[in-house]
Amino acid sequence: MTAIALPALPPTRGYWSAVGRRLLQDKVTVACGIVLLAIILAAIFAPYLGLADPYRGSIIRRLRPIGTPGYLLGTDEQGRDMLARLVYGGRLSLFIGLLPVFNAFVIGTLLGVTAGFVGGRLNAAIMRTIDVFYAFPSVLLAIAISGALGAGVLNSVVSLTIVFVPPIARVAESVTTQVRNLDFVDAARASGAGPITIIRVHILNNVLGPIFVYATSLISVSMILAAGLSFLGLGTKPPEPEWGLMLNTLRTAIYVQPWIAALPGTMIFIVSICFNLMSDGLRSAMDVRR
Amino acid sequence: MTNRPLVEVRDLHVRFRGERNVHAVNGVDFALNRGEVLGILGESGSGKSVTLKALLRLLPERRTEIKGAIRVGDEDVLALGPEALADFRGKTASMIFQEPMLALDPVYTVGQQIAEAVERHEKCGAAAARRRALEMLERVRIPSPERRLDSYPHEMSGGMRQRAMIALALACRPQVLLADEPTTALDATVQIQILLLLRELQRELGMAAIFVTHDIGVAVEVSDRIAVMYAGRIVETGSVADIVRRPAHPYTRGLLASTVHGAMRGRRLDAIPGAPPALSEAPASCSFAPRCGEVQPECHARVPDAVTVAPAHLSRCLRSVAAGG
Amino acid sequence: MSGAEALRQGQEAGGPAQPLLQVRALKKHFPIRGGMLGRTVATVNAVDGVAFEVAKGETLGIVGESGCGKSTTARLLIRLIEPDSGEVRFAGQSVGSEIPVAELRHGVQMVFQDSFASLNPRLTIEDSIAFGPRVRGVAEAEAVHKAHDLLRRVGLDPAQFARRYPHELSGGQRQRVNIARALALAPRLLILDEPVSALDKSVEAQVLNLLVDLKQSLGLTYIFVSHDLNVVQYISDRVMVMYLGRVAEIGPVEAIYRDARHPYTRALLSAMPSMDPDRRTQEAPIAGDPPNPINPPSGCLFHTRCPYAEAVCQSTAPALAPVKDRHSAACHMEIAGSGHSKARPAA
Repeated sequence: MTAIALPALPPTRGYWSAVGRRLLQDKVTVACGIVLLAIILAAIFAPYLGLADPYRGSIIRRLRPIGTPGYLLGTDEQGRDMLARLVYGGRLSLFIGLLPVFNAFVIGTLLGVTAGFVGGRLNAAIMRTIDVFYAFPSVLLAIAISGALGAGVLNSVVSLTIVFVPPIARVAESVTTQVRNLDFVDAARASGAGPITIIRVHILNNVLGPIFVYATSLISVSMILAAGLSFLGLGTKPPEPEWGLMLNTLRTAIYVQPWIAALPGTMIFIVSICFNLMSDGLRSAMDVRR
Repeated sequence: MTNRPLVEVRDLHVRFRGERNVHAVNGVDFALNRGEVLGILGESGSGKSVTLKALLRLLPERRTEIKGAIRVGDEDVLALGPEALADFRGKTASMIFQEPMLALDPVYTVGQQIAEAVERHEKCGAAAARRRALEMLERVRIPSPERRLDSYPHEMSGGMRQRAMIALALACRPQVLLADEPTTALDATVQIQILLLLRELQRELGMAAIFVTHDIGVAVEVSDRIAVMYAGRIVETGSVADIVRRPAHPYTRGLLASTVHGAMRGRRLDAIPGAPPALSEAPASCSFAPRCGEVQPECHARVPDAVTVAPAHLSRCLRSVAAGG
Repeated sequence: MSGAEALRQGQEAGGPAQPLLQVRALKKHFPIRGGMLGRTVATVNAVDGVAFEVAKGETLGIVGESGCGKSTTARLLIRLIEPDSGEVRFAGQSVGSEIPVAELRHGVQMVFQDSFASLNPRLTIEDSIAFGPRVRGVAEAEAVHKAHDLLRRVGLDPAQFARRYPHELSGGQRQRVNIARALALAPRLLILDEPVSALDKSVEAQVLNLLVDLKQSLGLTYIFVSHDLNVVQYISDRVMVMYLGRVAEIGPVEAIYRDARHPYTRALLSAMPSMDPDRRTQEAPIAGDPPNPINPPSGCLFHTRCPYAEAVCQSTAPALAPVKDRHSAACHMEIAGSGHSKARPAA
């Protein structure tokens, strides 16, 4: 039995460190990451940035244009500082954009992995129930649930969570079914491992990545849907600063100060496109198999 | 003119670019006469399939760098424009693959696919093309060919599909048939049927054929000559009997010794130690040297030239002794 | 002392004469569901009444073409698939009733064909090998230490390979890892499902040598499933030929390769490519493809391709009948008084 000489290979790294290294080499992803990090940090530390009070308006300083001294990004229809409102607005907008996707990631993965791993009747029960939600367009579904639950931040989080569970569960089910049928799962069963151990060591390890990538691609949709709900008056209530709601209230000013009216929309656009590009970068960085 | 070989490949190099460079083929020369069958024998990664695909220019153009010269009939294959290439494929040379499911189009019937190829290459009418398709299915001995003409590929069994693919490949009477492991995915009792069919059709139609395989038994069954490939080079060529009975290159000898057959029962197999090189660099010396039991210091110094050990029997090994020398 | 260790030391009933594995009337039919409601529209008789024994220390080769049920049989033996009916006795004890499946899997392990799919791509080699013992409660340090020992046993240097991931290894190296993983639970019986089919010839010989060495040094028993008759002849003591879920012929390797009685076995053997350029195969032994297992023929499953088929072959399925010592074939020509014109005269 001769040991086989292996040509000098680079020192071996764990999978996730390889993914991290590839992510850092991707300029677009890194740029998007920096933009998002700046927006998120600004939102979190808004009170310490020396901004104006986002709630205090002034009748005489309404709809000042961008670049007005003292009002870098102008003022809104009630004379409130746009910069402050955009930064503070990020808090709610990001919260109701990210939280539903996170919730749906947890619930959808749980449902999908269970359905995919157990298979048979349980799979049919879970997946057919989920199919029911597919009968409605996601926008309509979100509006309908929010409408039924009533306006409010928490209710819009709940309704968006319900909207995103089915697609995530679907993706989770299909990747789990693929992985479950690979021989290494059979080998694990043959070595006497129980289902919980197999899911923990062999399934989750291989399915969480793809599900996570898919979930990050939903963040942009969630941001836009959340803004849409607020725009329709089903999410945040005035005078809370929130990008979707701001878009609504500034709509009347579109002929007077179109640039100001477009600012909240620009923020939604930047954030959602950054999340989308990062999701793409993550997807290709994770494709290091073979 | 007629003495000129049908296919001539000179100093063929194929390199794949990408995240990692792979020097898949590193200087392959061979010639093939009309009506001759050449078996290219090699393990995975030896460059045997790449060589075959280069002959039909089937390699992805953007990622591939091909150097050298390939002539088939009167065509300089590497210089063909898109139109001429489409004419060349199927008419002058055509190919059959390991997996017929990937080569046949699932949304057309077998008859439609064969007839379409005939119409395009021979500029004949639909009725004549269909007649040719039927004739081809009879030729490859598909039972009840009239009915099979209107079958879709998925409605056929593995062996039937392989026959249908052969019918498609031969429909325009190519001068040379390229076969890439056409029986590897088949069951033993079906494999021998397909091998015999190919041998018979090749003889009847007077075609030349190149048969790529990893299985020595298959190469012996179909070939007139065998070329053994290792790490992107032909290390030995000769008649089938030369290769099987009088192998000159240590790799060929190792391959024969490690090929299991019943007579070896109870004996230890003489396995070749180690594994083939990764080919991320173009090899500058004998690629087999690290695994060779007869290695000498000069083996690591340069690429050995082909030595004629007997008439029409070449070996690329420093230790091979030229005939009569 | 675990049950497997007790078994290893030969403390089971029967002693060395007791077959390690006895299989009786093993059956597995897979339903094919179709239509809106997923009703069963057809069944595939993947394994249909298979019976055989494996003696301690021998290698039983199982050969056949695709769809013959050899891989399903392998998976049934280690209960990766639940059989519909039939009995498997391991070391004299009936699996399921006398010993639990978990205990069976201590004594029986499996190596799969696809070396890449059978290793978790996210686990290092040592974690993959140590997984079984860890599940069985072996402490991590000990399990890893044992994994390194096993790597050495299969010819891989732990310093070089233990922390690597499967995609960094070649096919032959991965298959060595799979063998080490199967050995981690110290089984007595190793089921090898096409273990060298995906490997190159030169690597195949290395792995076969390794398997022969391990069998000797660890006193293992093998069930070797393969479609490659050369490899099966090399490694097996006895050979079982399967056709469409049933046993066509079973016997010692010399008997099967020199004196095959079933026409299918003979066809398989003469379909092997000749290695002699002067004696190339001139005629295919049988025509056509193996029948679709969804709608198998009546009677003897082979009668549609058999050159000797007669009326009795279409109507009655032949039972596996003894031909000679330890050699049986399921063919009407070997059954006295079966009604076949070439049947042996009744004794």
